[in-house]
Amino acid sequence: MIDEELVQLLTPEGERVTHPEYTSTLSGEQILSMYRDMVIVRRLCNESTSLQRQGQLALWAPIQGQEGAQIGAGRALAPMDFTFPTYREHGIAWCRGVPPENVLRLFRAVSTGGWDPQKYRHHVPTIVLGNQVLNAVGYAMGIQRDGADEAVLTFFGDGASSQGDVLEAFVWASSFNTPVVFFCQNNQFGISTPSSTQSKVPLFRRARGFGFPGVRVDGNDLLACYEVTKAALENARAGGGPTMIEAYTYRMGAHTTSDDPTRYRVDAEVEVWKHRDPIERIKALLVREYQTRPASFDAISDEAEAFALKLRDDVLAMGRPDPLSMFDNAYAEYHPLVEEGRREMAELLANGGAH
Amino acid sequence: MTTTTMTMAKALNEGLRRAMEMDPKVLLMGEDIGKLGGVFRITDGLQKDFGQDRVIDTPLAESAIVGTAVGLAIRGYRAVCEMQFDGFVFPAFDQIVSQVAKLHKRSDGVYTMGLVIRLPFQGGIGAIEHHSESPEAYFAHTPGLRVVACSTPNDAYWMIQQAIQSDDPIIFCEPKSRYWEKGEVDLDHPALGLYDAVVRREGTDVTVVGYGSSVKTMLRAAETAEAEGTSLEVIDLRGVAPIDFATLVASVNKTGRLIAVQEAPRTASISSEIVAEITERCFYSMRAPGMRVAGYHVPYPPARIEEEYRPSVERILDAVDRVMDYEG
Repeated sequence: MIDEELVQLLTPEGERVTHPEYTSTLSGEQILSMYRDMVIVRRLCNESTSLQRQGQLALWAPIQGQEGAQIGAGRALAPMDFTFPTYREHGIAWCRGVPPENVLRLFRAVSTGGWDPQKYRHHVPTIVLGNQVLNAVGYAMGIQRDGADEAVLTFFGDGASSQGDVLEAFVWASSFNTPVVFFCQNNQFGISTPSSTQSKVPLFRRARGFGFPGVRVDGNDLLACYEVTKAALENARAGGGPTMIEAYTYRMGAHTTSDDPTRYRVDAEVEVWKHRDPIERIKALLVREYQTRPASFDAISDEAEAFALKLRDDVLAMGRPDPLSMFDNAYAEYHPLVEEGRREMAELLANGGAH
Repeated sequence: MTTTTMTMAKALNEGLRRAMEMDPKVLLMGEDIGKLGGVFRITDGLQKDFGQDRVIDTPLAESAIVGTAVGLAIRGYRAVCEMQFDGFVFPAFDQIVSQVAKLHKRSDGVYTMGLVIRLPFQGGIGAIEHHSESPEAYFAHTPGLRVVACSTPNDAYWMIQQAIQSDDPIIFCEPKSRYWEKGEVDLDHPALGLYDAVVRREGTDVTVVGYGSSVKTMLRAAETAEAEGTSLEVIDLRGVAPIDFATLVASVNKTGRLIAVQEAPRTASISSEIVAEITERCFYSMRAPGMRVAGYHVPYPPARIEEEYRPSVERILDAVDRVMDYEG
């Protein structure tokens, strides 16, 4: 146990624990299905890291270690809820139904977005830290005005928790009582900067000062992340206002493929967190409580391997975009400078290319 | 044609009112805009008539005003954000250039960022620090944004409505020193498109172009110049980004001389852009190099000496002398 205020429903060994406020409502079938999600998303991450090392992606931001937080939160959403991610919410994108290859379009540098955000009710990735948290609160203000039975779930990390936009979003959400849930994945590092540099109090306690509840949940506990997020979203939809969830977790890999975590953290710490792996503890629960057989796990592993092969094929098939596409959608309405640029480039291309 | 006389402040108020009546998705957001009616009273009485859900008195955080307007736009609303003063827009700069300007592109055209950011700009009201700035070039430089500036009550009334109807984000610059000046407003028909430049006074010797508060100064200069025998053609730019170069080209091809006027500092500015572009397009028609009359390259001065900083009739006439006397 990291902290007595931590909501945990499953120990790292996969044993259930009771909590006065939260009880797991998931069936064995649902847990197995979410186990599958976590395995596939981890496989997606491993494959993407390989693709980057092979020169097929410009960058990759891995989520190894955070699958429990993301699949727990992602599966707690109702279909009409809207999500506002950072660039690391691959598990949420998976839960929202975004085609996995579309998640990689940004990282292959063939797109600055990647998917239709209205279709999947999942905003495009935001790289400027914290911007999306304010956008999420604005969207929630729209839900209020529409009188809709919907909520917003927005994501940021311990690093972005120092951004003014995040703190302004807290003020706004509190003052206007908006239906938004702030999901902070405290993965302990903003690149190399430890979370202790971002905050001298546990992050979830900040919420109280802004006038709404904050909950710290074991971010490697899928069951707890699911129940805490589900309750906060239901409360938001019912008019109860915002909640901040701090999912206390650990970024097992690098910040991105450009990072070298050996320069700023020790192996012993990583080893400790390996024992808290979100996937292994669910596997232990499934074996112990639901007698899930090795054949079921093998089938999921095989599915993940096939998934990775297809993902690789899909990524390699993504060619260079048509250079003229840079002029599309720069504006919604006619703009003379955009059209001038488009004409100039079209002529250059027609005369044998811009190089 | 129904015309009535009103101040620019009232014209903006009436324009906002009409936009809100026509489209229930139009919202106003800003600091002190509800009960108080805004520090310049531009939104006076609108909260009383449209309610607190549509005229929102916000907490004091500019990044949040714009950042939440982005979320409202994604949800299908059209927010009109009031920045209380030009010098207070910078906390929102990140949201404006990183999100507002780019989300239409990043969503492959799925989102429309149909929001308006109202900016009382330029000086001339004797205000203290940070209340008299001209930051339009920052926004004009950013692809994805549009910038316009009104200079008359009629334009204020129509341009604010056109800006609200636009599916692109617009930085709407209001010359605060002209808020209380009256003019005729045609309540039936907009005379011009949102980005059209307009010839305010025809002339034959020198084209003088500017926007916002500078328009009145240019017209005064034209009167004096005429008495001295020089005919100035005065153009109100209106569309700061994009610029209506066709109107400027036609004028400079006629006069052969160009002066661009603005309160903002000269370097890397709207007037720089005008002179560069017109030089490219009108080189063989020009009898003198294009000149810029602008703010100096210093922080905006204390208001007791701001009239020495702002383009004046005298400084415009000095530039007229220079282009008229030029021998290439």
